[in-house]
Amino acid sequence: MAKGIWIFIEQREGAIRKVSLELLSQGRKLADQTGEPLVAVVPGQGIEGLAQELAAYGADKVIVADDSNLKEYTTGAFTSVLNQLIRQEEPQAVLLGNTAIGKDLAPRLAHRLGVGLASDATGMEYDEQSFLRFKRPVYAGKAFVEVATDVRPVLATIRPNTFPVAEPDSSRQAEVVKANVAIDPADLRAILKEVTIAASKRPELTEANIIVSGGRGMKGPENYGILEELADVIGAAVGASRAAVDAGWREPKFQVGQTGKTVSPTLYIACGISGAIQHLAGMGSSKFIVAINKDPEANIFNVADYGIVGDLFEVVPLLTQEFKKMVG
Amino acid sequence: MNIVVSIKQTFDTEAKIVLDNSGQINTNGVNLIINPYDEFAIEEGIRLKEKFGGEVTVVSLGGSEAQAALRTALAMGADKAVLVSDPALKGVDEWTAAEVLAKAISSLSYDLVIAGRIAIDDGSSQVAVRLAEKLGLPSVSSALKLDINGNQATVTREIDGGTELLEVSLPAVITAQKGLNEPRYPSVAGIMKAKKKELKTLGLSDLGLNAGDLAPKMIVKAYSLPAPRQGGRKVPGEAVQAAQELARLLREEAKVL
Repeated sequence: MAKGIWIFIEQREGAIRKVSLELLSQGRKLADQTGEPLVAVVPGQGIEGLAQELAAYGADKVIVADDSNLKEYTTGAFTSVLNQLIRQEEPQAVLLGNTAIGKDLAPRLAHRLGVGLASDATGMEYDEQSFLRFKRPVYAGKAFVEVATDVRPVLATIRPNTFPVAEPDSSRQAEVVKANVAIDPADLRAILKEVTIAASKRPELTEANIIVSGGRGMKGPENYGILEELADVIGAAVGASRAAVDAGWREPKFQVGQTGKTVSPTLYIACGISGAIQHLAGMGSSKFIVAINKDPEANIFNVADYGIVGDLFEVVPLLTQEFKKMVG
Repeated sequence: MNIVVSIKQTFDTEAKIVLDNSGQINTNGVNLIINPYDEFAIEEGIRLKEKFGGEVTVVSLGGSEAQAALRTALAMGADKAVLVSDPALKGVDEWTAAEVLAKAISSLSYDLVIAGRIAIDDGSSQVAVRLAEKLGLPSVSSALKLDINGNQATVTREIDGGTELLEVSLPAVITAQKGLNEPRYPSVAGIMKAKKKELKTLGLSDLGLNAGDLAPKMIVKAYSLPAPRQGGRKVPGEAVQAAQELARLLREEAKVL
């Protein structure tokens, strides 16, 4: 019989990604509800030391797949290892973060296993009939679909920031299992030559708690400095609308919207953004929305919890001063 | 060099989504476009053909209306098109779509398969990678730059917080991220030429597939619309007062700072 809820643990140089801890925390609740064991699976190299931290966040068992081929993520090596482990242990469910790695790995793994995958889920519930039922946005959040399956295991990638991270309990213990890693050479055909991590102290858009975003009203790339200053005072990421990206003011990776990133921060501050449907789709699930726009009729005000009608070039620096006073 | 580009017809990004009486997404009166990420894939395919010669074949799964998307791709410069269309394929999941597309593509000659990294309708970004698995090919997701040298592709791809550089031998599957290129608009001459280009429609039986073997792995239980946001509150006053009041509200009322 299929056993266990598995959480795929993403780490970079021994630092566990926040979304993995979010999944462990929520997975713990599901495990308590269903009586299934919660298993953390962590591929990498030199990562055995992570087991205690994973136990503290709720894992009953930690499977460590340690191999030089797993030092950096590659689609093939990770698929090869997870496919073998899943076939041996037959878990009920395998949950991954909807990150660059999760988005690349999960479909490959799902197809090799011949199973279904719920992508970018923002809801997950125990359901007596189908074990887990996932809710996920479609049309970038303009609608939602609920999906479930009887096929085991069920795979899902869960959007970062969906579930809170629980307080770790350092007294918790987990069984630690070292996996036998045998990677099929056919899975090593794409060769990673170089990883370049941008030297930014700002958080990733999709994981950021606060996002400050600028649109057409920014008038040019040289003006994003005022948003960056604001962002750095409160530890925010800096986003952009499609208009700003298409004008070449910001790189595409900073675009928020249906043809960019879909984000759900606690606070989204939209500056000089009119609020096109495709932009609202990408940020409409933010907990609080602030809009600063000189056009009182701008659509963004219809969704904003707090709006300021005014010149952003005047308001944003003032707001930066206010935030500075607060965070001291 | 022969290239297959897998595309999908989607709703326009400005489309409002409503549900019909049976709780399904209402498709009536919605403007249909090529999935924007697939446009990058088509453009990349055409550029490679222009550089190295060969043919670009666009492949899609959809209803007869998806012919329009394929014609647009032909007008941009693709050479041939294949539409897989079958009443039995309504409401397929990603597993089924990948199985069917893989079958259609496996009978074509290709050195490279390109697709958009995500479709903006279901937003699942699964089919291209599943397709690679089914075809037994390596894949690289979210390409920002693609260079071909002989049978070797060098790909820069987007990861969280940076980029990766990968080398992969062809044939391979590459998914396109925004930034890979700037898709062209079809020219008038291109549109005229496209009318004469081959657009084949294939059903499941033409592909030697049986609907009974293609049951979806994931079942849709229900659609819903998000609760409308209660917005519209304005913070009054001149810039100085408004900024002060907003900061206070964010700290004391919203408690986010």
